[in-house]
Amino acid sequence: MIKLKTALTTVALAGSIAAVSAPAMARDTINIVGSSTVYPFATVVAERFGRNTDFPTPKLESTGSGGGLKLFCEGVGTQHPDITNASRRMKSSEFELCQSNGVKEITEVRIGADGIVIANSKDAVKADFSLEQIFLALAKEVPDPNGGDKLVSNPYEKWSDIDASLPNKAISVMGPPPTSGTRDAFVELAMEGGCKQFDMIAQMEDENEDKFKSVCHSMREDGPFVEAGENDNLIVQRLAQDSGTYGIFGYSFLMENSGQIQAATINGVEPTPENISVEDYPVARSLWFYIKKAHVGVVPGIQEYVAEFTSESTWGDNGYLVDVGLIPSPRNERMAIAKRVKDLQSMTGKEL
Amino acid sequence: MTDQRSQAEIVRNSLKRRYRKERRFRLYGMLAIFIALASLAILFADIISKGHTGFVKTTITLDVTLDSETMYLDDPTDEDQLSMADFVAPIIAALQAHIPEADSAGEKRELGRLIGTYGASEIRDLLKDNPGLLNTTQTMEFLAHDRVSTYVKHADNPRYSVKLSDQQQRWVDQLQAKGVIDTGFNDVLFSRGDSREPANAGILGAIVGSLLTMLVTLAIAFPVGIAAAVYLEEFAPQNRITDFIEVNINNLAAVPSIIFGLLGLAVFIGLFGMPRSVPVVGGMVLALMTLPTIIISGRAAIKSVPPSIREAAEGVGASKMQVVLHHVIPLAMPGMLTGSIIGMAQALGETAPLLLIGMVAFIVDVPSGFLDSATVLPVQIYLWASSSEQGFIELASAGIMVLLTFMITMNALAIWLRKRLERRW
Repeated sequence: MIKLKTALTTVALAGSIAAVSAPAMARDTINIVGSSTVYPFATVVAERFGRNTDFPTPKLESTGSGGGLKLFCEGVGTQHPDITNASRRMKSSEFELCQSNGVKEITEVRIGADGIVIANSKDAVKADFSLEQIFLALAKEVPDPNGGDKLVSNPYEKWSDIDASLPNKAISVMGPPPTSGTRDAFVELAMEGGCKQFDMIAQMEDENEDKFKSVCHSMREDGPFVEAGENDNLIVQRLAQDSGTYGIFGYSFLMENSGQIQAATINGVEPTPENISVEDYPVARSLWFYIKKAHVGVVPGIQEYVAEFTSESTWGDNGYLVDVGLIPSPRNERMAIAKRVKDLQSMTGKEL
Repeated sequence: MTDQRSQAEIVRNSLKRRYRKERRFRLYGMLAIFIALASLAILFADIISKGHTGFVKTTITLDVTLDSETMYLDDPTDEDQLSMADFVAPIIAALQAHIPEADSAGEKRELGRLIGTYGASEIRDLLKDNPGLLNTTQTMEFLAHDRVSTYVKHADNPRYSVKLSDQQQRWVDQLQAKGVIDTGFNDVLFSRGDSREPANAGILGAIVGSLLTMLVTLAIAFPVGIAAAVYLEEFAPQNRITDFIEVNINNLAAVPSIIFGLLGLAVFIGLFGMPRSVPVVGGMVLALMTLPTIIISGRAAIKSVPPSIREAAEGVGASKMQVVLHHVIPLAMPGMLTGSIIGMAQALGETAPLLLIGMVAFIVDVPSGFLDSATVLPVQIYLWASSSEQGFIELASAGIMVLLTFMITMNALAIWLRKRLERRW
């Protein structure tokens, strides 16, 4: 009986100690939040950093770009993150939020770019699509081809139905499932980009953003667009067998399989690393991270982590991030950014 | 007379049909059990068939000559020299001893890619800790690159695609024939934290994180839950307020777990300023989630203690507190423990509330305390399952097997405790 009582008291005591001993306190691990697109790059850098230095390995949470910036801008203090990753540039509204919460000095780093390609078998004819055509081919609802400002469910079955210059073949495109970051990027850049070309839908963006998003972001479900699962290798096999089918994947995957597949040009631009890194290629986006200067010197290792990220062996043309799929920025731009970052130059808010 | 006979006849005639009906009814029951068991068997077969290779690692054992000239390193105690030295060169030289045909610069690079990313850092760490080993030859075991590992383990499996060049495949075959490349039990899995490279990834960080989180949950939920159950059942008056509390506890048990995560985010992190991603906060959130389960099962256990025992104790002059502490709680303990352990097992499998308080994160270092950043087993499985590298497919399944082992152990403990403490009257 006594045993039971002591056991209960010990457990209760331990509980109260655990509950009480946790105020906000100094932290020695870098906290990073933000984009799931940057996550695979940042985790590789963080792991190497942890292994090759005496600093603890930074902790990375994948919260999405918007969620990351929100957490980042909540304030200064060790309970807030030190760095946030983003697959788009900070918005000026977010910059203002940061300012109003006391996060005054922020250093911006552009780490490179990420591109998405539409490819088919090398046996077939190389295609050229415009974003508008991609939207018409793959969206669930499109503007009525007979005129008027109504949306109808997608009637197009052949590419030539959309535009006579396109091949007289059934539309058949394999792409990643909604859980994939590639899908998100494709929908945001290609579908939304094509969707905005129509005045009636572009108007909607100001009037009814939810409706705009649901029109622009919904892929058709009646057959021509096939969700192929995360296994990109399977898509390549299918493309090799069936020259009428197109596949959507990240640029790095095209490189690994350039023997079997070729990429379509979009708006006439070839997806080369050069075109993607300067965003001439339309389905490309820059990747960024933001450093909270107030935490430098408070949380140890931030500057060293950033130095590791911006060294040539990491983000350079032969750096290890290229193996993971990053498209590096041009060399002179990298050099300029690395120098700015070394001095921790703050954003003024005017560049946004 | 005729009436009676016809009645018996009716019964006799319908007998066959009624027996058939009963057989059918039993059959449905058996079918239901069969479906349940079959889905369980399919689940296990799938996980084990995918995951058993996760417990196998591919190693490359080499006699590495730590030559100061090939590494451009004279003094391993000098940090500057260490950061500039080339630790890949000795590995390539050692591999070349087995594959003499690879001597062009490109081939050497390809050869070097057979070794996992951190082979070079292992040599660096070795020399940094033992500077005396410079210019000696050491037998070292390296982890093979993910692609080599996939080739060795899954060359015939269509689910995996081999990403080695034909030349590299030939080399790997040669090295395997010589016994340089070998497979063994994957001790890395149980001795390290997460990594972006499958061969280096371990689940120890998540196991420790889960243990720490569960300890906090147990320390809070168990005493509070039992105290609440005892008070409500033994001392509280029956009135509107207690009815209201009871209804609320029952409702709380059915609240989706993510709500508790939101509460944790707002209260523990937002209001109290506790750090993100730590087991203390995770444990507190999961404790809130488990509390209703513990209270409800605790009350049920107390109710099942026969009133005669209370009356007998009171009859020999025991106070109310003595009755509760000496008789009711010990007798109700098996039931309360079972409820608690089942609640804990549920909490062990939760990810949703932890997402909001930052425990779904890439964390490499194994946590060493309640305030270190940590993740838990189901989160680790989720992170691996959503990674693109092929090697993580089998690791995710292996992780599931580890988690299931944990769950089965906890449930077995519950049964054992119940059997041991149960008293019959």
